[in-house]
Order: sequence, then structure tokens, then C-alpha cells
Amino acid sequence: MDNQNKLLNEVTERDYRFGFVTDIETDIIPVGLSEEVVRIISAKKEEPDFMLEFRLKAYRKWLTMKMPDWAQLKIPEIDYQAISYYAAPRNQPKYESLDEVDPELLSTFAKLGIPLEEQKMLAGVAVDAVMDSVSVKTTFKENLAELGIIFCSFSEAVKHHPDLVQKYLGMVVPPNDNFFAALNCAVFSDGSFVYIPKGVRCPMELSTYFRINARNTGQFERTLIIADNDSYVSYLEGCTAPMRDENQLHAAVVEIVALDRAEVKYSTVQNWYPGNKEGVGGIYNFVTKRGLCKGESSKIYWNQVETGSAITWKYPSCILMGDNSVAEFNSVALTNNYQQADTGTKMIHLGKNTKSTIVSKGISAGHSSNSYRGLVRVAAKAENSRNYSQCDSLLLGENCGAHTFPYLEVGNQNSVVEHEATTSKIGEDQIFYCNQRGISTQDAIGMIVNGYAREVINKLPMEFAVEAQKLLQISLEGSVG
Amino acid sequence: MLIIKDLHASVEGKEILRGINLTIHAGEVHAIMGPNGSGKSTLANVLAGNTSFEVTKGEVTFNGKDLLAMSADVRAKEGLFLSFQYPVEIPGVSMINFLKTAVNESRKYHQLKELSAGDFLKVMREKKEMVQIDSQLTNRSVNEGFSGGEKKKNEIFQMAMLEPKLAILDETDSGLDIDALRIVANGVNLLKKPENATIVVTHYQRLLDYIVPDFVHVLYKGQIVKSAGKELVLELEEKGYDWIKKELGE
Repeated sequence: MDNQNKLLNEVTERDYRFGFVTDIETDIIPVGLSEEVVRIISAKKEEPDFMLEFRLKAYRKWLTMKMPDWAQLKIPEIDYQAISYYAAPRNQPKYESLDEVDPELLSTFAKLGIPLEEQKMLAGVAVDAVMDSVSVKTTFKENLAELGIIFCSFSEAVKHHPDLVQKYLGMVVPPNDNFFAALNCAVFSDGSFVYIPKGVRCPMELSTYFRINARNTGQFERTLIIADNDSYVSYLEGCTAPMRDENQLHAAVVEIVALDRAEVKYSTVQNWYPGNKEGVGGIYNFVTKRGLCKGESSKIYWNQVETGSAITWKYPSCILMGDNSVAEFNSVALTNNYQQADTGTKMIHLGKNTKSTIVSKGISAGHSSNSYRGLVRVAAKAENSRNYSQCDSLLLGENCGAHTFPYLEVGNQNSVVEHEATTSKIGEDQIFYCNQRGISTQDAIGMIVNGYAREVINKLPMEFAVEAQKLLQISLEGSVG
Repeated sequence: MLIIKDLHASVEGKEILRGINLTIHAGEVHAIMGPNGSGKSTLANVLAGNTSFEVTKGEVTFNGKDLLAMSADVRAKEGLFLSFQYPVEIPGVSMINFLKTAVNESRKYHQLKELSAGDFLKVMREKKEMVQIDSQLTNRSVNEGFSGGEKKKNEIFQMAMLEPKLAILDETDSGLDIDALRIVANGVNLLKKPENATIVVTHYQRLLDYIVPDFVHVLYKGQIVKSAGKELVLELEEKGYDWIKKELGE
């Protein structure tokens, strides 16, 4: 039995495999946050007045707000004046081909397993790679442009499609939504913008890789996806960050708007640096992600595999406004060592006959803490609505914790809300069964965890599913044998 | 093939095995019988390397190697197979993926090339026929939602895939109806080879009608108290385990 525990410990105490730093000159403005800094950011990005107004309003709101303290998280004091709010790679010409890109940057992507050259050839994935805050390279743009699809960096969208940005920015996550969203609205540097025109099915998975790379630089990414009537898009987001000793703040905002009968699938594999085995360092990830099923029969799906970050505060949510709209949240959240995660979703039913599904799979190992927090609210006028929630927790070892906080508010008589929750420990009998067939304990744990998470992983697009499986395995494996 | 000398084992401080001695040669079938709680399943689990049990004394050699020094997965790769009394469910892990990993881990250990997906499926088809297992079962998660009979058939199917040198069948007959029993026994007999050996752990005689043992041992209070040929099965069936207890003067 002791031996088993020892193995479990060894397996769960592994180092982060993607820790390395790329040495590229960056252009950082002085640390600290003030109205002046907000104006500098806007000016550096040559933004129109409405953007500056948006930022300033958010900044003034932020000054009146407090950091939320209701999550099951121990968050160290964050000094917002010690952070630099803008960093951009210094030599930033717009490249026409990959040959012109800084070779060191390319090798960074290669180390991460995302060589652009290959991805260009591998049919189906357009990559908008974000190195620090400014978009470095966008591929497949021409093909998409033929269909009228806009897929570009947020800055470009502000320049070339200001009407769309002005109409939709802040529609789903307004600047006063919460502390971190307000901060993001004030200082966001860049991100991705997607517009799918009426009746168009986006023929490829859209993908973005984010990466934090400048010391002491907060990351404030902004993503806006608009799917017009009868359109479809599948969007992938994945990230991994280099090893650092000090903590890094990340407060992204993602907004999705689905109009009549539109369908948006948003998939994430999140692997920010989680800190070392003793819990030193790692990313603080405070993310606001929300989708608005604005039109009738619209659909939004959130699929996520979360293995990284020292602290995760994240609730990808949906507002089901259009009648007959559908929303899903499928999540695997893995915490190890001293990681903390408080994550879940909100499903707000406003339209009639709306349907939402929540599948949350938590995996806790080491000394980590993993909480599911979910709100299902059915408004009085959202007649005949349905929600099904399933929240499972899997514990590895004796020192980790799992919590479930479901909130249900049903405002009418003919809607149905179901909630199921289970907590299980990875069974020594399961491991022994695998051992007895010649499978080592390390492989057995990887296999059992992937089996447990399969329901969610199967929802991911093919290329991500494979990556996610590997990620779950390496997040737990390591030092055995 | 297997030499057990003075084996003692306990669980949570309670001694269950109290000095087992047993020698098994290639080609032999040994039956281990005994009343409930005599230590039959403990013996099977200790041999397979289940760390819930602590070996406190004794030694076991398996094909000349120190069995007790090996971890459970190495014992399996060395050719020891346990058919579980209660096969474990592993949700979300497909039978095919599980077995392919198991087979290839073993091949790697013996420095053989891993089987390709095509070759693996071909072998699987052959073995499925041999043990008459429903082909749908291999598409499902490991043992999940299987009936009692299906689980036991699945154990024999895995045994067929892994081709062990020593197979230990722990109460494989429990929970089987007579047809399933016949199929399972038939599978075991088909897999029998002169270079392999089998240990059949059972409470009842009925499985031994189909898998005929060369030697029968009665386990009682953690020790082998009687050993004989297959005729002992009938005697036990007739007189019951009380007869043994009486012989021991209890």
C-alpha cells in the first residue's frame, strides 16, 4: 500500500516540460497603471476615439471595484502598480513569408510543437500566433477572405472593421462586469477577431496560440467572435508559457455572439506554467469567457481541457437569449502539486425552449485544490427550458481537495433542471488490474485518467483531442522509472 | 516453473497465509480448494503482486527468478496471469486500447516488435472466436456494464491474448451458469500447452469436471493441509470440508 502511495506521489510530482525562455527584445512601457498608461496604450495602437473612450470608461470603473473574494482560492496580494501593461516584440515588420520571421521565434514554436510551416501544409488550420501582445503572423487569411470571413488580430480589426468592433465589443462582457473584465477592457493589448458572414460555414478550424514571454508583463488578451445568421465556426485556442519564478497575471476576455441559427464551437487546451512542485511561480489566470446565443436556435459550445496555471478563475458561460437556443459546457480541469482552480460555468436561460448541458470533470492530484462552481438560472419567461449538469471529481492521492458548488435558480414551473455529482478516488484495484496485465503504474494512471475524461475529450476537434490526451498524461506523469 | 517455500502473508496486520509450500511444473494443472476464508484468493493475489497484501516470510521463484522482488506489472510481463474473481471496471478505457497496450508492453519487455493495429486486430479476431466472446464487448470500456458471465469470459479472452506461462484462475466459476462455465472451461483447455501451467482456485468441484486437474490441494487456515490427485475432488464433494476439519482433529 505504501509502495502504491509512493508511486502515486512520484507520478504526481513532476516538473513542467515546456519551461524555457525565448530571448527576443521587447518594447515595454514603464510599470504601473494610470489614466496616462491607458492613453499611451491606445495611442501606441493608433486607435480611434471610441476605443479610447471604451478603455477610459472601463479604467474609471475598475478604480471603484474590488477583487472578487468568493472563490475557493487563496490568492496572494497582487500589486497592480508593479505590472507592465504593454509589451510588443520590437522589430515588428509585417511578414509576407515565414522566411522573414525571426528564426528564434520559429524555434520557440517548434519547441512547443507548433511549427507554422507544417501547420500551413496540414490542411485545415489557420494560425494567428500571438507572441506577447502583438500578432506576429497570420496564415490562411486569403482563403478565408474569399468567403468573406474575417480572422485577424484585434488591432487589425479595430483598424479595418471599426463598425463591427464598435457594435459588438462589450456586448457580452461589459466593462463593469467584474474586476478582471474591467481591467482587461482598460488595458487589453491584442487578441483575435473573427466574423463569419451570413450563411457561411467556416471550412477550417480557426486556431490561436497565446504565449506569455516578457518578464513582469500582464497578459490582457481580447477575443471577439461574431457568427452571423446561419453560419458556423469552430475555434481553437491553446497555450503554454515559459518557466518563470515570479507570478504572472493573465486576465483575458472572450466574447462570442451567435445570431439566428448560428453555431459556434470554442475549444481550449490551457497549459500555462503552473508553478513548480513547491507551488512557487506560475500564472494567475483570471478569465472572463461568455457567449451570447442572441438569435433564435443559435448554439454555443465551450469545450476545454485545463491543466495549467497556478491559479485558475474561469467560468465560460452562456446566455441563452434566443428561443430554442442550445448551449454546452464540457470541461476537464486537472490540478497537481499546489495548483488551485475554481472553475465552472453559468447558464442563463432567457428564451423559451432553451437547452443547456454541463459536463465537468475535475482531476486533483498532489496538494492541489479543484472546485467546480456552476450557476443555472432559468428566467420566468424561459418556458420549457432544460438543463442537465454532471459534475465528477477524481482524486489522486491523499492531500488534494475537490469541491462542488452548484447554484440552481428556476423561475417557472415547466422547466427541468437536473444535477448529478460524483466524487471518486483513482482505485488501487484499477491500478492493480492494469499492472496485472503488464501495464506500469504510470501508464495505468494516464490511461485511467484519460478514460475518465474521454467524454469531454471526444468533443474536441481531432488535432486537439490528441494533444489534450498527451497533456493529461504528462501533467501527471514523469519521474517514475 | 513455480516454487513456493514457506510463504506467509498478511493483510492489515492479520496473518492469512501461514506457511504455504507448493511446487508446480510446466504442463501441470493444480487445483487449490478450500472453505471460504481459507486464504485461496489471498494466495492468488500475493502471487500476482497485489500490494494490499504484505508478504512477511518465505520465497517464491518463478522460472528461476525471484518473483517477490518483481512489481506486479513485471510479473505479468514475465508470464504470470491472474483471472480475477471480481474483474475491475475502468470507465472510458476501451477494451481494444487496454489490450493493445498490455500486449505491446509485454512484447517490448521481451524485445519483440510491437504489433501493428492490423496485426493486433487479426489476433484479436482469432482469440475472440476461441473463447466465444461477443464481438461487441471488445468495443466497450473495460468490464463496464458487463454481466458477471461476460466479465469472466473477458478474463479468459485476455488470457488468450496474453498467452501466459502460468495462469491463475481465481474462482472463475463463481457467478457462471452452466453454459458459460462450459465455454470458459473450454477456452482454458484450448489454451493449455505442455510448456504452460495452470492453477485453478475454486470452492466447488463443478469447474474441475471440465478442467481436469493433475493435483488437488486443500487450503485451510492459510496452510495446505492435504494434497492428492484428481480423485480428491470427488471425495471432497462427497464428504464436504468438515471431513478435512475432522481429520485435523477439529
